[in-house]
Amino acid sequence: MIYLDNAGTTRMDDSVLKAMLPYLGEQYGNASSLYTFGQKAREVVEEARKTVAKCLNAQEGEIIFTSGGSESDNQAIMSAARYGTLKGKKHIISSAFEHHAVLHTLKKLEKDGFEVTYLPVYENGIVRVEDLKKAIKKDTCLVTIMFANNEIGTIQPVAEIGKICREKGVIFHTDAVQAVGHVQIDVEKMHIDMLSLSAHKFHGPKGVGALYYRRGVPVYPLIEGGAQERNRRAGTENVAGIVGLATALELAIKEMPEANKRMTKLRDKLISELSKIPHSALNGDRKNRLANNFSMCFEGIEGESLLLSLDEHGICASSGSACTSGSLDPSHVLLAIGRPHEVAHGSLRLTLSKFNTEKEVDEVIKVVPKIVEYYRKMSPVWDELEKGERKHVI
Amino acid sequence: MLYSEKVMDHFKNPRNVGEIKDADGIGEVGNAKCGDIMRMYIKVKNGIITDVKFMTFGCGSAIATSSMATELIKGKPIEQALEITNQAVVEALDGLPAYKLHCSVLAEEAIKAAIKDYYEKHHIPFDEKKYCAGDCACLHEHEAAHKPAKAKAEAKPAKAKAEAKSTKAKTKTATKTTTSSKKSTTNKNSKKSAKK
Repeated sequence: MIYLDNAGTTRMDDSVLKAMLPYLGEQYGNASSLYTFGQKAREVVEEARKTVAKCLNAQEGEIIFTSGGSESDNQAIMSAARYGTLKGKKHIISSAFEHHAVLHTLKKLEKDGFEVTYLPVYENGIVRVEDLKKAIKKDTCLVTIMFANNEIGTIQPVAEIGKICREKGVIFHTDAVQAVGHVQIDVEKMHIDMLSLSAHKFHGPKGVGALYYRRGVPVYPLIEGGAQERNRRAGTENVAGIVGLATALELAIKEMPEANKRMTKLRDKLISELSKIPHSALNGDRKNRLANNFSMCFEGIEGESLLLSLDEHGICASSGSACTSGSLDPSHVLLAIGRPHEVAHGSLRLTLSKFNTEKEVDEVIKVVPKIVEYYRKMSPVWDELEKGERKHVI
Repeated sequence: MLYSEKVMDHFKNPRNVGEIKDADGIGEVGNAKCGDIMRMYIKVKNGIITDVKFMTFGCGSAIATSSMATELIKGKPIEQALEITNQAVVEALDGLPAYKLHCSVLAEEAIKAAIKDYYEKHHIPFDEKKYCAGDCACLHEHEAAHKPAKAKAEAKPAKAKAEAKSTKAKTKTATKTTTSSKKSTTNKNSKKSAKK
C-alpha cells in the first residue's frame, strides 16, 4: 500500500504507541483520583501538558486537552462569541476556506445574529492582510483564520494577522490542525490568542487534541460536568491519548527540519512530473505551502473514479470532487480559489508523511498519467474540450 | 464496502465504452457542474437497438450505471428500452449507496435522451411529455426548480449533443423542462432502492 492521505490521518509512530500502552493496560488510573494510583496518571497528564506548551512556546496553564481539532475549534469560537455577546460585539472575521468545524460553527452563530465576514483567498489560496485590516470593525470580537489549509496546503500570514489583531484588541484564533507538527509555531511571537490542534495529524492517536488559549482570553466549557481541565472541559482525561499526543508532538518538532526537507523534495517531484499531464493545474501557491501537500486539478475527469483506480493500485489518496464529499458541490476550498465546478471535480490531493519513500512517489508518477488518460478517453467533457466545443479552462 | 461487487466489476471493466460515429441517436444528460455527464450512442435497425456505446464523466456509480444501462438495452426493441427504470439499473447492480442513486436516474434519462434523438433524427412522431429535453440537470436542480407547466412551454426538441455545447444556458432550461411527473417516480424509486 502506498499511503498518501496524511492530511486525512497519519500512521502512529511506533514510539507513540509504546508510550501509550501502559495507560491502556496496567496504568488505568483516573487522573482525578486522590489515591497514588490515580496520581500517577495525573503526573503524566501534567507532564504532557508541559510538553505541548513548550512545543508552542506557551505556558502550561494555557493548554487544555480535548477530543480533537473539531472540538477545539468549536470551543474556541463559541467562547469568543459568548464573550463578544457579553461585550455587545457580534462581528467575526474568518476566511472562505476554513474547515467545516469552523464554518459550520460560524453558520450556527450567524443564525444567532452574528455577522461573519469571510475573507477571500484568491487564486493562490492565501488571505490578504489588507482585506483583514479593512474588515475589522469596532464590534469585531474574533478573527479565526486557519494556519494552513487542509485541501491545498497553503500557509496563511499568521504572524501578520496576529500583529494586526493584537493592535486592534481582537481575539485571534487559528485552526492549526494541519500546521502543528509540520511548521514552526510560536504563539507568543505570532500573537496567537487561541489555537486548535489534533494528534492524529502528526503521527499521534485519533480522538485527542488540544486547545491553546492565552492567559486572559475567556474560555467557556463546551462540555459541562466535572472540574477537569481547570473547569474548562469536563470528562475523565483520555490519559493514553494525551500521552500519545505529547509524545507525537515532541517527536514531530524534533524531526521537522529533516522530515520537511525530505518531503519537500518528494512533493516537488510529484508537482513537476504530474504537471506534465496536459491541462492540469496546481491548486494554491507554489511556494507558501506545506511540505507534504500536492493538490492538482485535471480537466475533463472526475475525482472519485480517479481515487478508485488509484485504490486498485494500492494507492490511498483524496479528492475534492462532489462525489467524494457526499454532497452535490465539490470542495468549497477549490471553489474559493476560483476553480469552476467542473474543474474542481477533477482534483487529486496527495499528502506525504515522513514514512513515504521516493520509490513510492515514482510509482505514483508512473500510474497517475495513465489513469487520467483512461478516464479522459471515456469522458464526454474531455471529448468536447478536445473538439473545441467547450473551452479549456486550465 | 462502499460499492457492491457488481458495481465494482462494471466500474473496473465497463462494457460498451466508446462512441458510434454514425449513430442513429445520441443522448447526453447531466451537468459538468454537478460532476456527472452521460452520453449514450445507439444504432437502431428495425426497431431494435443493435449497438450501444457510452461515454461518462463521473464517479464509480456513474460509470457502473452507464455500463449496466447499455447492457440492459443492447439487442432490445426500443419500446423495451424505454421501460428501463433507474430502479432496474440499481437492482441489476445489486444496489447503490443511497446518496449515489441519482447516478442511476441519469442512466435512465440517458437512454431516453438517445431514443428521443433517434426519433427526431428520423422524423418519427413521439409523445414529448415522456421525454426530458435531453439535457437533464442533476437531481438537486430537478427537485429545486422543476415545474410541468413550464416544461411544456419551454421544452424544445433540440439535438442533445448540440445542447451540451452551452451547458450553462441549458442548465437553466433543463431545470424547467424536466417533468415533475418524473419527480414522483424518482422519489419512489429512490425510496425503494434506499430500502436496500
